[in-house]
Amino acid sequence: MDIHEYQAKDILSGFGVEVPPGAIAYSPEQATYRARELGGEKWVVKAQVHAGGRGKAGGVQLCSTDTEIQAACEEMFGRKLVTHQTGPEGKGIYRVYVEAGVPIDREIYLGFVLDRTSQRVMIVASGEGGMEIEDISAEKPDSIVRSTVEPAVGLQEFQAREIAFALGIDPALTAQMVRTLQGCYRAFTELDATMVEINPLVITGDSRILALDAKMTFDDNALFRHPQISEFRDKSQEDPRESRAADRGLSYVGLDGNIGCIVNGAGLAMATMDTIKLAGGEPANFLDIGGGATPERVAKAFRLVMSDDNVQAVLVNIFAGINRCDWVAEGVVQALKEVQVDVPVIVRLAGTNVAEGQKILAKSGLPIIRATTLMEAAERSVGAWKNDLSQATRVRAVK
Amino acid sequence: MSILLDRDTKVIVQGITGRMATFHTRDMMNYGTNVVGGVVPGKGGETVEGVPVFNTVKEAIAATGAEASLVFVPPPFAADSIMEAADAGIRYCVCITDGIPAQDMIRVKRYMYRYPKDKRMVLTGPNCAGTISPGKALLGIMPGHIYLPGNVGIVGRSGTLGYEAAAQLKELGLGVSTSVGIGGDPINGSSFKDILERFEQDDETHVIALIGEIGGPQEAEAAEYIRDHITKPVIAYVAGMTAPKGRTMGHAGAIISAFGESASEKVEILSAAGVTVAENPAVIGETIANVMRKTA
Repeated sequence: MDIHEYQAKDILSGFGVEVPPGAIAYSPEQATYRARELGGEKWVVKAQVHAGGRGKAGGVQLCSTDTEIQAACEEMFGRKLVTHQTGPEGKGIYRVYVEAGVPIDREIYLGFVLDRTSQRVMIVASGEGGMEIEDISAEKPDSIVRSTVEPAVGLQEFQAREIAFALGIDPALTAQMVRTLQGCYRAFTELDATMVEINPLVITGDSRILALDAKMTFDDNALFRHPQISEFRDKSQEDPRESRAADRGLSYVGLDGNIGCIVNGAGLAMATMDTIKLAGGEPANFLDIGGGATPERVAKAFRLVMSDDNVQAVLVNIFAGINRCDWVAEGVVQALKEVQVDVPVIVRLAGTNVAEGQKILAKSGLPIIRATTLMEAAERSVGAWKNDLSQATRVRAVK
Repeated sequence: MSILLDRDTKVIVQGITGRMATFHTRDMMNYGTNVVGGVVPGKGGETVEGVPVFNTVKEAIAATGAEASLVFVPPPFAADSIMEAADAGIRYCVCITDGIPAQDMIRVKRYMYRYPKDKRMVLTGPNCAGTISPGKALLGIMPGHIYLPGNVGIVGRSGTLGYEAAAQLKELGLGVSTSVGIGGDPINGSSFKDILERFEQDDETHVIALIGEIGGPQEAEAAEYIRDHITKPVIAYVAGMTAPKGRTMGHAGAIISAFGESASEKVEILSAAGVTVAENPAVIGETIANVMRKTA
């Protein structure tokens, strides 16, 4: 789960990481008011969206008067910010963060990630702050400093010092840098983050180390023990279909194609998408309905997939292991009676009692296109979609 | 004997009183697995499916001589159960639980390091379907009847995609020596490499099928290991060609976040290491059969 910059800064400052003074605003008027409260002569107005690359997209603006703040806000509020991380649809701006401007001497990149090779938390830092880490590793790979943390004892001071010296930070600021690194590490582990990124971490003209931007991502699997983090969930930043799926306990990722997929198991779901592509189509979604393909889950899945207006055919691919195909087939038939689906439906069942399952589908009287192998299912889906395209306009009524 | 477990391996189920755990315990027993007990704190003295329940893994081992354990415990408590098994002296543990916090798994891995390698418990999973040596024993939740006994060693992340491969093999009359699920989580007990090492030593395994997916470095690590240490033919399939970057595809670990983690990059790396890659999931069985014919 992602949170906003201002929330991440609030969390990190609680762990001893220094941040510039700032305040959140939900309207242009409130933003100018916040600026006055903060005082000073320069402010940065920052769109709060769950994506990086805001600066280049116009989501971060330096202002020195009320009028400028007002203008910057009016440009942002209610708009969709499109950055290289948001996709073409962008992310809505419903709040801005107003921050006191600070004189910057140096910019540093600082990231904490779950390193899957060492299976530990890894610190990634570079003196080339302000650039994306992907660009740093492509253009200045030698500037990157890495350090993994022994989980039993946590981040030691000497490790933090090593990083500070490797980055060439003024020795007088070492203690501050150590505090910053250890604060981030503690926030990461105590709150079950999967990523903490401060880009840039700046050294100011008056020799302070401040987090100028902050991004935190949390482990969905650990939210049960951090109710205060769960409250930061902002549905305005999520794909509405994915929010709906998550609320129903289904694992769904929306894509750009037009063949909807309903599959049990994540690996098989990806494999099904790949086969559709191979057969000349484009998958509309990833959807794993989990191990037990109960009629309720299948019906939920149909509703979800059909809520995507781009879907022009639906491929159901269920490997019935512990469950039997006849039982799954009954579930599919029941779901199709419950949810009106006006596009071709292709069903491929495999595993236990396949023949009985096929019989049930055939006897149902529903226009289900059956397939035996995965390839056949994909080919028939693509064929049905192309065929359906040439037919009359469809009227959709999803209950 | 086959890798990791055999007909005689004494198995306990941690969390045996849960509905799904009880169901799969019965299923494993029907398959022939030697289930000797279960562990649920506070329910010691009860009986499930005819086997005794103990309060602790240590008690279970003392009373039954259990060597292997299946962890079927809800996510908040699963890491603790795995460490309990490791501490009590369980030799092989499969964790089925999906949804364990990554930090908990980091702790588990660190905890297991306190044992010297020859005394360290082997863990596969979490978030996996388990391990099966067809005709001998099943430690997990896979449907036993789709596997024929044979000589293909399967190691994969995904449950149902692994079933798909096994079913394709059965269709072709080919069987499996052992199929091991390493699970879909970012931090797991055993990697592809760990299991490949065992298949290389296993007389019953003639060819190895590796079923990977997007995300993480383990397919690339496996490729390097195969190139340098595996003499048996290896066939691979990598799921997620159409998966977008930066999105989690169902499995917590199935996310492309770094170079070399996409399906096409993994395919390239595996091919370069001499692995025969099945181009699509529908031909995994066929590709294995072709390689077996050539090497026979």
